[in-house]
Amino acid sequence: MDEMTTGATPATESIISIRSMHKWYGDFHVLSDINLEVQSQEKIVICGPSGSGKSTLIRCINRLEEHQRGQIIVDGTELTNDIKNIEKVRAEVGMVFQHFNLFPHLSILDNLTLGPIWVRKTPKKEAEEAAMMYLEKVHIAEQAKKFPGQLSGGQQQRVAIARSLCMNPKVMLFDEPTSALDPEMIKEVLDVMIDLAREGMTMLVVTHEMGFAKSVADRVMFMDYGQIVEQNSPHEFFDNPQHERTRLFLSQIL
Amino acid sequence: MSDQAKNPPRDYLKPPMTEVGVLGWLRSNLFNTWYNSLLTVLVALLLWQLAPPFLKWAFFDSAWNTAPEVCYESEGACWSVVSKNINFIIFGFFPDGQQWRPGLSMLLLLGLVFYSRDRNHWRRSLGVYWLIGLSVMGTLMYGGVFGMPVVETAQWSGLPLTFMLSFFGMVAAYPLGVLLALGRRSRMPAIKSLCVIYIELIRGVPLISLLFMSSIMFPLFLPEGVTIDKVLRAQAAIILFTAAYIAEVVRGGLQAMPRGQFEAADALGLTYNQTMRLIILPQALKIVIPPTVGILLSAFKDTSLVVIIALYDVLKTTKVSLSNPKWTGFSTEAYIFLAVLYFICCYAMSSYSRRLEKELHTGH
Ligand SMILES: Nc1ncnc2c1ncn2[C@@H]1O[C@H](COP(=O)(O)OP(=O)(O)OP(=O)(O)O)[C@@H](O)[C@H]1O
Ligand SMILES: [Mg+2]
Repeated sequence: MDEMTTGATPATESIISIRSMHKWYGDFHVLSDINLEVQSQEKIVICGPSGSGKSTLIRCINRLEEHQRGQIIVDGTELTNDIKNIEKVRAEVGMVFQHFNLFPHLSILDNLTLGPIWVRKTPKKEAEEAAMMYLEKVHIAEQAKKFPGQLSGGQQQRVAIARSLCMNPKVMLFDEPTSALDPEMIKEVLDVMIDLAREGMTMLVVTHEMGFAKSVADRVMFMDYGQIVEQNSPHEFFDNPQHERTRLFLSQIL
Repeated sequence: MSDQAKNPPRDYLKPPMTEVGVLGWLRSNLFNTWYNSLLTVLVALLLWQLAPPFLKWAFFDSAWNTAPEVCYESEGACWSVVSKNINFIIFGFFPDGQQWRPGLSMLLLLGLVFYSRDRNHWRRSLGVYWLIGLSVMGTLMYGGVFGMPVVETAQWSGLPLTFMLSFFGMVAAYPLGVLLALGRRSRMPAIKSLCVIYIELIRGVPLISLLFMSSIMFPLFLPEGVTIDKVLRAQAAIILFTAAYIAEVVRGGLQAMPRGQFEAADALGLTYNQTMRLIILPQALKIVIPPTVGILLSAFKDTSLVVIIALYDVLKTTKVSLSNPKWTGFSTEAYIFLAVLYFICCYAMSSYSRRLEKELHTGH
């Protein structure tokens, strides 16, 4: 699993493959020539300075942002303008946001069952049972009847993770899931993510929590100026960074 | 907490007398600054001057159900102008002996509205009740079956007409307004510009001119022999007018929605329709309850403008009653009655909206 034979792996084995992808915001070339193959069950941590395009990259994977050149193929479906394909990919890819983005007008339970009921057409009762199971898993089952506004940040983020899991996603994307949280809540969210990693979920995580990267990542990726500068196993990445920019970045955050 | 209450670590004193009780309330609400004290005294004086004569006029010296001649003698209010003409004020030109029909219809309408207030009743069955209720009301008003003689819409007047124009005006304008608001934010240029043009055109003209157009100009464009009922045309004008205002208010609510809500819905794989129906509109419409109610209230009151196209709403039937020489002098009393009637309806709507807002509040 540790071999980094870029390009040699046949595309069919990757759950996500991104090939020579470029993206612009107006005139601004925000992502440049991105190539990335993600194997099933792989955990990738993405880090890099602010504005380097980390969020933009993972938001392209579920088409919250549109790329202009190159290919993005998720679970065999290429992302194009075809809305049916986009919805199909989105149903398979869960996303956890920095600011949770729970639906404040729905109870926790309804937040969780919404996707399964309307997208997967799961019967209500079944969806609720599954939702309770996932709430159990993120240690928050007793809050099922409450509304998001009544929970702490850490609890809300765990609900958000459970909401994504309810869709039985093949891939989970995390965009700085702990950076809006108070320090004492970060651990409870990271613990849930570590459990998830142990169970074999494919995960792409944008985070500056280097402890998390060291303990669960298969690969750590460093981005700067819209490019993937360097990627390596956590051990190599932290102990023996190849690029000057990576070293500078690591010296700033560690 | 409870441990502390049982075993207080220190003494808890009662607040000073001037802070609580009647005295405290008076102090903090009426006499907290020198200008507030001055205003309080002035208002009290004014009330002292005005209230007794008004009460004397309205209640102690008033005539309640008498012939007009009795009123000429008395100093007080002549409520008889209302009670003696109540049939015409309420039912207008609806034929004598048939007035139980609009009466029953209004009761049915009020009953349904009352039943619908409870959010627990907002189920599919409620729609069925409304369908049944509305068809019964229509049948009652128009007749032609079960031995009820036909009453043409031209004879529908008074309170039932006011209720009908305003109720359908609001109920149909609301969803239309929401659709227009969504259309105005559409990415499709054709739909977007159509909605913008519609909204801006309608908001650029007064309701009166729309009513005129619907009653005078619109028929000119219809082919020979085709007529559309006059009440229906007025109704359409009111709906189209109100919808444009609702659309702008709803658009404000849509713009207030954080982008994260759209993104979270997209990330789950919900379609555009599902996102709007399940995530965005429930929140956006809740935010704009206060301004929406403002628009609905003015729509309700603006239905009285239909007099200018010779429809007899409750305001006009009151005026007609006053044109009877026997009652001409008592317009004050008649208009007070109307004001109270309108106030009750408007107040019920606005207090219901406040209750709804509270119920929909989920602590964010
Ligand atoms: N909608 C947008 N329109 C124009 N420019 C944008 C837009 N969104 C992001 N950008 C720009 O694109 C660049 C990359 O943004 P992105 O959010 O991907 O950075 P990031 O690596 O996630 O940074 P951070 O660590 O601060 O979240 C930034 O320079 C940003 O200003
Ligand atoms: Mg970011």
